Amino acid sequence: MKWDNVLKIAIIVMVVAVFGVLAVKSPTPAIPWLPITKNIKQGLDLKGGVHVVLEAVDTPETRVTPDAVKRAKAILENRINQFGVTEPVIQEQGQRRIVVEVAGVKDPDEVVRTLIKPAFLEFKAEDGRVVVTGKDLKDAREAIDPTTGEAEVNLTFNPEGARKFAEFTSANIGRTLGIYLDGKLLQNPVIRDAITDGKGRITGYASLEEAHNIAVLLRSGALPVKLEIMEKRTVGPTLGADSLARSIRAGIAGFVAILVFMLGYYRLPGLVANFALVTYTLLVLTIYAALKVTMTLPGIFGFLLSLGMAIDANIIIFERLKEELRSGRTLRSAIDVGFKRAFITILDANVTTLIAAAVLYFLGTGMIKGFAVTLSIGIVVSMFTAISFTRYLLHLVAGVRPVKNLKLLYGA
Amino acid sequence: MRFHFINLRRYWYLLSLLIIIPGVISLATRGLNLGIDFTGGNLMEVRFEQRTSIQDVRGVLHKHGLARTPIQKSGPDTFIIRTPVLTEEQSGKLIDDLQRDIGQLTVLRNEAVGPVIGRELTLRAIAALAVASVLMILYIWWRFEFKQGIAAVTALLHDVLVTVGIFSLLQIEVNSPFVAAVLTVIGYSINDTIVIFDRIRENLHGAKKGERLEDVVNISIWQTLARSINTVLTVLFMLLALYFLGGTTIRDFVLAMLIGITSGAYSSIFNASPLWVDLKRLEGKQKVGE
Repeated sequence: MKWDNVLKIAIIVMVVAVFGVLAVKSPTPAIPWLPITKNIKQGLDLKGGVHVVLEAVDTPETRVTPDAVKRAKAILENRINQFGVTEPVIQEQGQRRIVVEVAGVKDPDEVVRTLIKPAFLEFKAEDGRVVVTGKDLKDAREAIDPTTGEAEVNLTFNPEGARKFAEFTSANIGRTLGIYLDGKLLQNPVIRDAITDGKGRITGYASLEEAHNIAVLLRSGALPVKLEIMEKRTVGPTLGADSLARSIRAGIAGFVAILVFMLGYYRLPGLVANFALVTYTLLVLTIYAALKVTMTLPGIFGFLLSLGMAIDANIIIFERLKEELRSGRTLRSAIDVGFKRAFITILDANVTTLIAAAVLYFLGTGMIKGFAVTLSIGIVVSMFTAISFTRYLLHLVAGVRPVKNLKLLYGA
Repeated sequence: MRFHFINLRRYWYLLSLLIIIPGVISLATRGLNLGIDFTGGNLMEVRFEQRTSIQDVRGVLHKHGLARTPIQKSGPDTFIIRTPVLTEEQSGKLIDDLQRDIGQLTVLRNEAVGPVIGRELTLRAIAALAVASVLMILYIWWRFEFKQGIAAVTALLHDVLVTVGIFSLLQIEVNSPFVAAVLTVIGYSINDTIVIFDRIRENLHGAKKGERLEDVVNISIWQTLARSINTVLTVLFMLLALYFLGGTTIRDFVLAMLIGITSGAYSSIFNASPLWVDLKRLEGKQKVGE
């Protein structure tokens, strides 16, 4: 028995075991980045949320310009931020498209509906003349009328708007003033007095929440272009959580089946490979967390597939090892020669798969990109664990004591 | 004597054709059952709080002029409703009416895809397949030889045709995850083939002059056979677990991978390597050193 080898193996096993526990459980809430797996960002399809692709379209009144798209994007940002969601994504895509992703909202469809409202506010005279518009607004806030208890939106005009408003109301007492939002008549109140303080209000909302949404739209301003939905995907939080739980369960079942198979077929090296595989899984998950990879459903598949590639690397090595043993080499030299030859095979095989993953990354859309990212990271890491780590472990194990019965331990 | 993979290659080609030809005929006549990601449209999945039948849902859809809408039960009291593209108002009103006429519901997902996006997806998928194929041929050309690149990519197109063909025969709906599945199959198939080619490359170095190419390739296949089988088995373990435990949303995606990866394992052994031998014979090389 070589005790220093036994000691080294024991230390490695302990380090990986601690690593494994920290990946899923935190010993103290004082360390915010534990457990490690908690830091992996979840995508919309797992957390629930909405992904919308909007396209600015020309209308008879307005044509799409790059500047208008930029302004529209700023307005969308403004609107979304008022929903109080964390880390929304708003990106321009190409010349006319804006991609919006919002996670963790209860009613994603409602968010979409609110987002694409033009929110064009107009106060019109009886003859259809426009008195003031949303551009003249300084602020809009929801409130509850203390006497009636009804929800309303209070408007404050800017000095220019206040002046126009005052001029018109003092000249038109007794007439009506129509309030239009996106061309729809909301109210048509009769002007009783001249309004000179630059304040107005819209009443008649069913709830404070409804009034709040309108106030948000008015505050953020009207969209300078018409936006149409090209693509919309909403996933409710229930379905997301369900998908995540199911894929984790399926992944664990598949993982265990692989461990059992490897142990049964490759015996001692199989055990070493299984240990390397667990280390590999922990390592890859940590890298996902560190690189802030967003984990989506396709991303999970990419990871599971890379697991398959990692195992394949081990299988290639062990088959090689068996051959070298059969050809009469000693165990130690068989390990060295086996790894050396297997490395070339694994390199060529994995590079070709990486090429496919890279193409997917550059030509694929959102979800498919996620798949390509997790797959690529997985393949690169698997080259390391399968070749360096398994090899080191196998040398340690082989060095513990001279083995006579190679058949039993190595299946050769 | 051991089973000779290469000498029997006519039968392997035949078997492949027996699977591919019906698929191709089906593709040409019926095409694929394209989902909303390709055609554009609306897909809504809702779960009701109480017992609900397809008839109940159909009744509400009828009022919206959507009488012919396919409704699929995806779980107890859970339904998938596919309609043409709905505007936000239409889809909101439909949900409200379902809620009012049937009862409390949860919208599990609501997807709308415009027809433009669908066309882009198709073009991108074809572009990705073409670009990946060319790059892989170049890599194999550099590391191995051009003819092996051709043989490997032919085997890969074989796997794509098998997968797409079977999906056309069974008329299973395909969406963008299907594209990802097919591209994964490509990655796997090429990986699998390369391992065998790598062994052929190695054995050619050690081979005696005048040895038949068929025999060198046959030996190489035998030497890598345990690996080929074990690797496909481990991947199949994972895929089967995903298929049975992974839930309905991913089932078709996993099915595509199951078909493609099985085909990939087959084609690496039975198509790619024999094909390379035939390509070599075409230029009159039948023996090592010629």
